[in-house]
Amino acid sequence: MKTPQTSRWLVASYAVAALTIFTSGAALAQDAAAAAAEAPAAASASTQYVFNTMLFLIGGFLVMFMAAGFAMLEAGLVRTKNVSMQCTKNIALYAIGGIMFWLVGYNLMYDAVNGGFIGTFAPKVIPPTDADPGSYAAASDWFFQMVFCATTASIVSGTLAERIKLWPFLLFIVVLTGFIYPIQGAWKWGAGWLAPGTDTSWIKDVTGGEFQDFAGSTLVHSVGGWAALVGAIFLGARHGKYEGGRVNPMPGSSIPLATLGLFILWLGWFGFNGGSQLAIGTISDASSVARIFVNTNLAAAGGVVSALILTQLIYGKVDVTMVMNGALAGLVSITAEPLTPTPIWAIGIGAVGGLIVVFAVPLLDKIRIDDVVGAIPVHLMAGIWGTMAVPLTNSDANFMAQAIGVGSIAAFVILASVVVWGILRVTIGLRPTLEDELAGLDKAEIGLEAYPEFGSGSQRVGL
Amino acid sequence: MKLITAIIKPFKLEEVRTALTDLGIQGMTVTEVKGYGRQKGHTEIYRGAEYAVSFLPKVKIEVVVSGDSVNKALSAIQDAAKTGQIGDGKIFVSPIENTIRIRTGEADEAAL
Repeated sequence: MKTPQTSRWLVASYAVAALTIFTSGAALAQDAAAAAAEAPAAASASTQYVFNTMLFLIGGFLVMFMAAGFAMLEAGLVRTKNVSMQCTKNIALYAIGGIMFWLVGYNLMYDAVNGGFIGTFAPKVIPPTDADPGSYAAASDWFFQMVFCATTASIVSGTLAERIKLWPFLLFIVVLTGFIYPIQGAWKWGAGWLAPGTDTSWIKDVTGGEFQDFAGSTLVHSVGGWAALVGAIFLGARHGKYEGGRVNPMPGSSIPLATLGLFILWLGWFGFNGGSQLAIGTISDASSVARIFVNTNLAAAGGVVSALILTQLIYGKVDVTMVMNGALAGLVSITAEPLTPTPIWAIGIGAVGGLIVVFAVPLLDKIRIDDVVGAIPVHLMAGIWGTMAVPLTNSDANFMAQAIGVGSIAAFVILASVVVWGILRVTIGLRPTLEDELAGLDKAEIGLEAYPEFGSGSQRVGL
Repeated sequence: MKLITAIIKPFKLEEVRTALTDLGIQGMTVTEVKGYGRQKGHTEIYRGAEYAVSFLPKVKIEVVVSGDSVNKALSAIQDAAKTGQIGDGKIFVSPIENTIRIRTGEADEAAL
């Protein structure tokens, strides 16, 4: 039972927190002004090359480790009988994404897009050592872009947990990482039709602003989210989830594993957003990367606090898995623009992400869309929010340009996902038999329980 | 000889074991079980939806005692397992026809 005193106390805490943040922000601005007065000389081109390459490599392996974050988050939020399957999916999708993005994805996304819709069909050529042109190692750029592609695939896996066969899922990942993600990515990050042109851009002519998506609230997170949403609709809910006209919760197997997954993702996000500055060889770039770290962390914290307070007020108890989703929604929300917001804006943008989670999770249940880990609220809905929030702090963006980007990428990904999921459903089928689903996919698809000493295997007589 | 089957709250197991050992009763079999009586279950909440936990965790103790120590054993279990709250459990008593110690072949009360 909540009391009015609790609510008043919460409001008072909010006010104190906001005041503290405003005053400390002013102090930081003074420090920055003093530092700018005596800026040292710029680094040489080769030093900048080294630093830029290091940013791609360090940022890249941080994002790579987000694969572990997704794996643990999902392993914790599915039931014991589906944990081996969920781990297998996550290992496999990361590997498939890496191969497909080398084989066709990278050049489809970045090679000779020239304001169009698509690059070229060719494997990525990694130049010989010491023959790299430009301001960073080409291989480091490939690695950094590849892990973003793999992240998109990870998003799909959680939503569809506990009721999809392994191979149709992996076939979808082949198409997603080799074609769907790279093609829409080409439109913006590959200098395609959604990106600013060399002299003039049609989006600017029409709307007065450019479509802005710094690290991929739309290009990565919403893309994964749309693919997951279409998949969830084609697949249907887990057996018994909505039986009897009500929502029957299926609690996850391990809150500690899911928590570990959340913190790994949170860590990885510094690579995701910080690395997306794409350069760290100048004072301005280094300072921007640092500012991005601060905003990224504050947005996640804002998402946590808003989910904490809202679940306490709505349900009378804090819902720990929704608080995890709140952190991730905060991170997704700030991803479209982690550089321009002030700290208080970053907290606010993240907090709205947390709010979206708390209201969207029961809403999806109401319309019978079974999203096991909450990837649709976190990655799709918070991704749209984060993209639409860019004009609040970045004057180069406007709502119309953002809406064109969100809408056109949504249309493409939904259409492509409908085709691929539809073909898979009518050919090899998506779902295991009811008997297999009830027995658990660990047994049916993998043949190994995640916890053999605690599951049915532990009850064997005569060890 | 009687078989005493007691369903108790899990955290009371150690007190019950000590009380029976103090009476000189050697040995017991313990099983982790789930069930409900008048306490019924309770509700929990996961991702915004409530669900009922109908079967609560309990511990089942099985002890076979000689006829003359049954009453002492019953009151020892009852005293040790009692919290006064709903859900303290139940004790069942049933007759045992025979007992054999596998190692020595001793029978009946000599085997207890």
